[in-house]
Amino acid sequence: MKGKTKKSAGLVILGSIFAIFTLFPIYIMIVNSFKGRAQIFTDTMGLPKPLDFSYYLTAIERMNFGKALLNSLIVTTASIALIITFSSMTAWVLVRSKSKLSDFILYAFVATMLIPFQAVMIPLMQYMSSWEIDAIHFSMIDTYYGLVFMYIGFGSSLSVFLYHGFIKGVPRSLEEAAMIDGCNKFQVFWKIVFPSLKPINVTVAILNVIWIWNDYLLPSLVLRSPSHRTIPLSTFYFFGQFTIQWNLAMAGLVLTIIPIIIFYMFSQKYIIKGVMDGAVK
Amino acid sequence: MNKGIKGKITTALFVIPSLFAFINVVIIPFIMGIIYSFTNWDGFAFKGSSFIGLKNYKTVFADEKFAASFWLTTKYTVVMVILVNVVGLALALLVTSKIKGRNLLRGIYFLPNLIGGLILGFIWKFVFTKFFDQLGIAIHSSKIFFNWLDNPTAAFWALVTVGVWQMAGYVMVIYIASIESISDEVMEAAEIDGANAWTKFKKITLPLISPAFTISLFITLSNSFKQYDTNLSLTNGGPFGSTELITMNIFNTAFGYNKYAVAQAKAIVFFLVIMVITLLQVYSTKKKEVEM
Repeated sequence: MKGKTKKSAGLVILGSIFAIFTLFPIYIMIVNSFKGRAQIFTDTMGLPKPLDFSYYLTAIERMNFGKALLNSLIVTTASIALIITFSSMTAWVLVRSKSKLSDFILYAFVATMLIPFQAVMIPLMQYMSSWEIDAIHFSMIDTYYGLVFMYIGFGSSLSVFLYHGFIKGVPRSLEEAAMIDGCNKFQVFWKIVFPSLKPINVTVAILNVIWIWNDYLLPSLVLRSPSHRTIPLSTFYFFGQFTIQWNLAMAGLVLTIIPIIIFYMFSQKYIIKGVMDGAVK
Repeated sequence: MNKGIKGKITTALFVIPSLFAFINVVIIPFIMGIIYSFTNWDGFAFKGSSFIGLKNYKTVFADEKFAASFWLTTKYTVVMVILVNVVGLALALLVTSKIKGRNLLRGIYFLPNLIGGLILGFIWKFVFTKFFDQLGIAIHSSKIFFNWLDNPTAAFWALVTVGVWQMAGYVMVIYIASIESISDEVMEAAEIDGANAWTKFKKITLPLISPAFTISLFITLSNSFKQYDTNLSLTNGGPFGSTELITMNIFNTAFGYNKYAVAQAKAIVFFLVIMVITLLQVYSTKKKEVEM
């Protein structure tokens, strides 16, 4: 009995050491965002004295943080909503109307998951910039809808695949009954099928949020005007400007992480479950 | 008859939105990319470009910087696959034991994964340049703790450190799912038979979680090979271009040097390598999996 408590105390210590190592860079970032220049040069580890919030105000202003946060929210929400809608519709039809064509379409979605972004990015930018109608100011480049469209294209592979796996296990008797009652396909899908997809919707949403919210490369190619920048983009440009002013840079980084931490606190359970489901399938 | 056509049209309406985006964003650019890699395309209109056969690929294979990037990426991937999985599995074993506060620990270990690679790289840039420097002076071991980003070998290990810090929590989650699905009865039976912790781990846990290995190896392999964001924010290829991973080499060839067709040929080579190694890896680990 005594040996067992000793062993578990050892595990707790080991676990705490790992936890400290994991959190340490975050601690360093936070404390140095309040420090004056002199203290950063002599004492990176210690607590800030005095506590100076002015770097945050400067960082918010120079990063145009409010706008960047709004841009990120718009792009992420719109992309996720559309990916969920379109992928679940596609997957349902692919499961329910089995044919050689539907198999082929599914394989096409799955197989392209191996294509790295770098293999398509150069022609994609040229191709998308050719979709332009000056008369109505329609352009895929430097617009939110252009970026969202590309996220739907890149996101649908994994999402259709996940929905497909889930819908295969949903019994079709309820759908058939509704059909007999005179519902059309759209009604059947939105009233009966979609509400039963809740668990997989959460998984698909979370995997795509983690990806799209943090994505840098695609928006850096698509969005050109500074006022359209998402959080990773504005962080990148901001950091490039102020690497010597570390306190300002750290304050900027803390700001970018706050939304992630809030999201994590409220949905940790779903996030971990979502990642598990997404990986195991 | 009429009804059949109508049914087909509604079916098509369900598939078309995502298929349209998918075809235009992935399939068409991918095919264009393959074609462009055999031409002297200049990055703008394709009109006026002509086919030059394998010339771009010859340039790619003669490019020493590309070869260096390729080798570095391979080294990075091998080190990452080993370390991420060892650390991730260790963390998973730790938080699936009956340790106090295991849910809190899970939450903490997973956290870095939610922060994007770009921002992680910036955080660690500060840790390496400022904190390491001061720590080295303070504890009189500036041979180990100095600004890692100033030295080519150390900068490589800086990239690895950040990568492990980010990805270990992710594979931990995969291993947890697998470990928790092992039934208690099997473990109890082994205990009655007198197996110690190490034997239980080697004879029961390891074989039973082999499907999780397949997935975790696949994920770490392809994510490490495709690493870009952390590379950009942490080292930006430096010092002296010594840490330029393959994705950064492709990006710079295209958007830095404006050699679009050569960059596209590099991208195709990159794609083929990823495809071959991931398929080989999935195939070989699948063979070793144990069914229960």
